[in-house]
Amino acid sequence: MTGMMGTDAEAMSKAGSVAGNETKVDCRNIDVYYGDNQAIFDISMDIPARAVTSFIGPSGCGKTTFLRCINRMNDTIDTARVEGEIFMDGEDVNSPKIDPVLLRSRVGMVFQKPNPFPKSIFDNIAYGPRIHGLTASRSELDELVEESLTRAGLWAEVKDRLDQPGTSLSGGQQQRLCIARAIAVHPEVILMDEPCSALDPIATAKIEELIDELRQRFCIVIVTHSMQQAARVSQKTAFFHLGELVEFDDTENIFTNPQDKRTLDYITGRFG
Amino acid sequence: MSDHIVSAFSEELEQLSADLLRMGGIAESMISDACRALITSDLQLAHETVDRDGLVDDMEADIEQRIVRLLALRQPMASDLRAVVAALKVSSDLERIGDLSKNIAKRVDEVSGCDVGGALKGIERMGRAVSAQLNDVLDSYSEANAAMALHVWNSDEDIDQHYNSLFREVITYMMEDPRMIGAGAHLMFIAKNLERVGDHCTNIAEIVHYQVTGDYLASNERPKAPLLGNG
Repeated sequence: MTGMMGTDAEAMSKAGSVAGNETKVDCRNIDVYYGDNQAIFDISMDIPARAVTSFIGPSGCGKTTFLRCINRMNDTIDTARVEGEIFMDGEDVNSPKIDPVLLRSRVGMVFQKPNPFPKSIFDNIAYGPRIHGLTASRSELDELVEESLTRAGLWAEVKDRLDQPGTSLSGGQQQRLCIARAIAVHPEVILMDEPCSALDPIATAKIEELIDELRQRFCIVIVTHSMQQAARVSQKTAFFHLGELVEFDDTENIFTNPQDKRTLDYITGRFG
Repeated sequence: MSDHIVSAFSEELEQLSADLLRMGGIAESMISDACRALITSDLQLAHETVDRDGLVDDMEADIEQRIVRLLALRQPMASDLRAVVAALKVSSDLERIGDLSKNIAKRVDEVSGCDVGGALKGIERMGRAVSAQLNDVLDSYSEANAAMALHVWNSDEDIDQHYNSLFREVITYMMEDPRMIGAGAHLMFIAKNLERVGDHCTNIAEIVHYQVTGDYLASNERPKAPLLGNG
């Protein structure tokens, strides 16, 4: 009986697993320092394409710092110093040949607090495509705005008030607006830093549904304090602790049978 | 293992495991009392054993409700999740063991007074072996000992051998003396019930192994003797 079930379960986990999915972002021996303090210790990780990878761990464990290495957001902090290599599709993101502004259009980011520009809903989405010259005509731009809002699941709610300020929307809508803004420039990777921590459960569920849709086309990395959220939305989970990557595995394994005691203590709520 | 930050969660898990062991203790007493009542023709003990089944049923219902509540309110993860799922499954196996013991006890009246010769000796031996399996598997649960669970899992073949030899023995008695057929049929069912209790013990062993290690044991790799009279 269990023999059969075991076989089925194995087959299912193979089908659902991201094994075989190519690596999108290849991080090698990353160390990050803030002044004299080392925040990240020798982290290497292969982040798969077209899958959701979640970063979990207690506050201050380095998950956001590590996330920000991927689109070189740490460049904007004077005291921060990143060592090691990050390759996106084999290309070194820290190479002098890479323009960090262009890099950030390929690696979109969504923050904890929704941060729409103080502009209309339309302009929030149109801003990126305009400065990157992605569209040739007004009609193309209209199309891109509609497509982005539709993919973010917001079009039906805002199509009649595109000229109203983005800040007039509810928190959950604002966050979906920010996701629409991020995908409007056709990024390859989307980084989300606790995108639902300021949202109610319904708005959270909508964002999670959206993340699940988006993973068909994008590589998504999400930092979350909700382990249930990590379990719900991601295929791979990384557990960080004190600046180290403790465990990185299929999400199912992390939440049913973690190999490291620190992971076990954290996800079962035993951390002292 | 160290305690949860939310101490009430630890207490609930500990209480669950303690109640499950208490339920296991009652199931153990039922199987050994049912066999003793049969061997000594003790109708009073047989009735008491039948009555005890209601207690086991109530405990299973209570444990199940508490587990549903715990899953909803605490969302256990990893080893806690495995412990809770294991408790749910073990309680249902123990409830079945209670049913099977009750069924044996109910047959005492039908068998007592008949001269079934040496067959009762065989039942006694098989009952002892099954009780030992249950005792060991409950120990493996309480100590979270995967190696001990694996040992129980590998020992079910002995129970199957007991069953097969009892089957042959009872058939022989019935062929020699047709007046034995009624009691003989009851003995066959009793032997089958004991064999089933053994199967529930191996189920529990699989669950304990999963709870402790996170790995599934493959049933088709377990040593088994082909059972007689199975179609």
